[in-house]
Amino acid sequence: MEKSELPDPFKEVRELKGYGEMDDQNDPVTMILGLKNLRKCAHNWKTFQSGAEPGRIVIPSEVNIRDTRQIPFEVDPPEHKDFRALVDPWFKRPLEEAYKATLTQQINDIVDEVLAQDTVEVVSEFALRLQSRALTLLLNIPYEESETWISWGTHVFRSEGEALDGDKANILYDYIDEKITEAIEKPGDDLYSMLLAAQVNGKKLTREEVKGVMILTFAGGRDTVINTITNSVAYFAEHPESLDRLLAEPEITTKAVEELIRYFSPLTQMGRVVTEDTEVCEHAIKEDTRISLCWASANRDEKVFENPNDIVLDRKVNPHVAFGFSHHNCLGATHARQITNILLTTLAKKVKSIDIIDYNENIEELGEFKRKVGFNNLTVKFHKR
Amino acid sequence: MAKITFITTDDKTITLEGTTGSVMQLAVDNSVPGIDGDCGGVCSCATCHVHVDPDHLEKTGEASEIEEDMLDLNDYSNERSRLCCQLEITEKLDGLVLQVAESD
Repeated sequence: MEKSELPDPFKEVRELKGYGEMDDQNDPVTMILGLKNLRKCAHNWKTFQSGAEPGRIVIPSEVNIRDTRQIPFEVDPPEHKDFRALVDPWFKRPLEEAYKATLTQQINDIVDEVLAQDTVEVVSEFALRLQSRALTLLLNIPYEESETWISWGTHVFRSEGEALDGDKANILYDYIDEKITEAIEKPGDDLYSMLLAAQVNGKKLTREEVKGVMILTFAGGRDTVINTITNSVAYFAEHPESLDRLLAEPEITTKAVEELIRYFSPLTQMGRVVTEDTEVCEHAIKEDTRISLCWASANRDEKVFENPNDIVLDRKVNPHVAFGFSHHNCLGATHARQITNILLTTLAKKVKSIDIIDYNENIEELGEFKRKVGFNNLTVKFHKR
Repeated sequence: MAKITFITTDDKTITLEGTTGSVMQLAVDNSVPGIDGDCGGVCSCATCHVHVDPDHLEKTGEASEIEEDMLDLNDYSNERSRLCCQLEITEKLDGLVLQVAESD
């Protein structure tokens, strides 16, 4: 097996039953594995709700470490629509030329840095730093702030060996509280200040609501972006011909971004709480239990994707759900796509090849399934073009 | 070359000329409001949803099963719905009129 390969552990059960089962802190989950059923469930917010007890739709559940509702993520229609409309324009800023130019400069710089190093631990020395620096753009705050986030390490919520780490979560929550206070005292042109000044349905956002958007922004884009960057480096290490192809055919880059994100599915699944007794895949599901929308499985559904376990860089029709589906699709997708797009372009331009020296896989234990989602560490040597 | 007209959700008419590529790309390159094309045209995001003018359904033909599946779960779709990233610009589309669909 190639080191960069992410196998599909769901195939057999997906084809046989269409759903899997896992326990999570005594709050079991029925995992929806096929693309078509997953889309139907994702769209049906009345039966499969996001606006449940805060933290419950996340797997592993965060109910024991978080009381703040993440917004718009843990709000259902119709309220969801107004919150989403408020934040959407801000989260589309990565399409602006000035944003793109600054992000390109950041990525150029960090690729130059790692090219000059002997060996590089990709997760902590490349992906985390790149992700943190780019996040200063999304928040529209000074670049130097990224040093604080980098010092927190790779996981805000999770640390190795234990699913949930309340102490680490508190570092983030206390930090956000402090920054909200600073923005109240001295408003600027950052995301905190925009939210504090904003109104939804004629009412100003409460401090708790502002905090909910900020927690979502930090937590949603951390592990996911880090895994995407790290897995991309591993893939190019074993496929230098893809770097050559992206350099020769830059017009396929947007398709390559979608394909890599489909294949990596950096967020394995997201839960919903069931509001009434129902049925999925001819399987009865009880009210007040949980289902999960298993993006990683749906993205390998052979009924939809030809050669689902191959990375086809210029895959033309690619209806993946790596950014979710329907109302709650990923708010940070524009930022994530822009980072990945610029990363691919920059690596193709500057890097000839990459050697993998050492690695340790990050495997999620999901009841009957074990899924590799990326690496805990990956040591490589980058070679200049 | 094909002339393609977009009618936006606030009833503005924008007529564009294209030679190659997808109708979505033509719209995005010319900043047609309501056509975002977030996924770059691989039929994954449904942010390029249009309703084809009833007289022009022959020009566009039918949606593929994958596209149909996306549209089935769209609250604003009807029997004339298409994702315009799946419409390749050819002479055949000349004169096509598309209504930009509403979205959340």
